[in-house]
This record gives sequence, structure tokens and C-alpha cells, in this order.
Amino acid sequence: MKTAVIVFPGSNCDRDLAVAFEAVSGSKPVMVWHRETQLPEGIDLIGVPGGFSYGDYLRSGAMAARSPVMQAVADAAARGTYVLGICNGFQVLTETGLLPGALMRNAGTHFICRDVALTVGTSQSAFTSRYSAGEVVTFPIAHHDGNYFADTATLDRLEGEGRVAFRYAEAVNGSARDIAGILNDAGNVLGMMPHPERVIEKAHGRTDGRRLFEGLVESLMASA
Amino acid sequence: MKARVFVTLKAGVLDPQGKAIQHALEGLGFGGVNDVRAGKLIELDLADGTSNADIEAMCQKLLANTVIENYRIDTVS
Repeated sequence: MKTAVIVFPGSNCDRDLAVAFEAVSGSKPVMVWHRETQLPEGIDLIGVPGGFSYGDYLRSGAMAARSPVMQAVADAAARGTYVLGICNGFQVLTETGLLPGALMRNAGTHFICRDVALTVGTSQSAFTSRYSAGEVVTFPIAHHDGNYFADTATLDRLEGEGRVAFRYAEAVNGSARDIAGILNDAGNVLGMMPHPERVIEKAHGRTDGRRLFEGLVESLMASA
Repeated sequence: MKARVFVTLKAGVLDPQGKAIQHALEGLGFGGVNDVRAGKLIELDLADGTSNADIEAMCQKLLANTVIENYRIDTVS
């Protein structure tokens, strides 16, 4: 399988995400610069990493969402390619319109950097197939703008369609209905604020995030 | 020509920065500040003849996130 990681000016989790992709897929991802207008042929999984793309100018993720490569990512997502956006990557995906809602300043206005407990919302997705619904996992978060907002109808639809992939087990940043990660309607795009790529090896202190990547690889292998 | 775009959070969307400013004002001893909403002012220097529809499109495509924000355009020739 072939993976790619998008790199924007100001991305800082791109290498961690590349390490995670390589650890589970066995091959190095292609690092794709934001100025590219197309992705390499045959990419199965695209990572949109965390960081502070374009210095969070205007709104977190706003400038990155309009960069040339994101049109290629949107086209790939429409064809069914898996897309995983973490932290700033989640903000980029909402700004691109690949996921509904918006990520606003944390309710307490502070940047929050700590481990948080999350409840898995569904196991019915390629991203969460190796977890059980209702299972509690612990991932780190590190963000200033993680306060998920969407109108009531959108929130009801996300919940009704089983598209809330992860929820904060306690109120963390003001997110509507404690949403930490959501899926698109086709189930091939996941955006989440917590960082699974930071908990994949024993040396990280915990390996809760590894199953997310393993589940993805398994799904991709099964469909190949 | 110049245009000023005012971007503000929609009513009902919590504004943590506005709340922090309100608390800071109270801390400075200013009474009677019932609420604060913070927004952005974006000044555009535009070629003469730029249409309102163009500016509108700029707001829709980039300057405002209409999921959470409203915008108002003031043009000054």
C-alpha cells in the first residue's frame, strides 16, 4: 500500500505521522509539499498532519485549506482514498469542507497539552475497526483551537449516522457534545484533534494509537 | 478603491476571546460591560472596478468561515 503525508509551511507533526504510517505499512510515505497540484499515482492513504500551517493566520487551517494540494486531496477523498487529519489536519479538513463544522478557540482560551481519555464512538469504520465502541483510550492533545462547533442538525446527523469516532471522556475544550473526532458520510475521511501517532510505541509510554493505523492498513489490504 | 470586511462570530456561537476580554475589562475596574464579542477587520486595497460580487466571493471562499462567522462589506471609493 502507498501512503502520503501532506506538508504545509508550519506543519510539525508530519514526521511523526510518517513514522506511524511506515511502522504499520512497512513502507515510507511520500511527503507531498503543499504547492503540488497532484498526488503521486496510487496513493491509498493520505495524512494531513498537525502543526501550525501558515502560522494559523486568519483561522487555523484556513490558508492550508486553500493551498493547491488540498484540491488534489479533496478529489482523492471523493474517489474513496482514505484521509486522516490530525489536530491542525482536522482543522484543515473542516476548512476544506471535507468534514462538517468548525474548530474554534478552546472554551477556556488556553492552549491545552496533556493526555486525555477518549471514548471510542464506533468500531464501524476503517479507522476504528480495531477498537470497541465504548472503549476508553488515552491519547495526547496539544491544541489551542479544538473546540468543535456545528449546528444542532449537523450534530444530530453525526450522532445518528455513527460518525462520531471519538469523544472526550470529560469536558476538555468546550467541544459540542464532547466531540474529539468525526468521520465523513462515506467513512473514508477522519478528522480528530487528539494525536494517535504520538502513542504507537512502548517508548511513547502507551500504544493506544497504534490500532488506529493497524486497522487502516488491514482495511486497505482487504480492499486491495 | 478600498473595502473593509468585518468578520464577526454568529449570534449563539460562544466567543471565548470575547469572554476573556470582558473579564479583563472587569479586572481593570470597568463596570457595566455586559458582553464582548471579538471579530476581525480586514482591509482590502482593490483595483478600481472590483465588483461587489467579487468581494462577496472573497468572503465566502476565504475571509469568513460561514459555519461560524458572519461578514459585512463596506466599500470606500
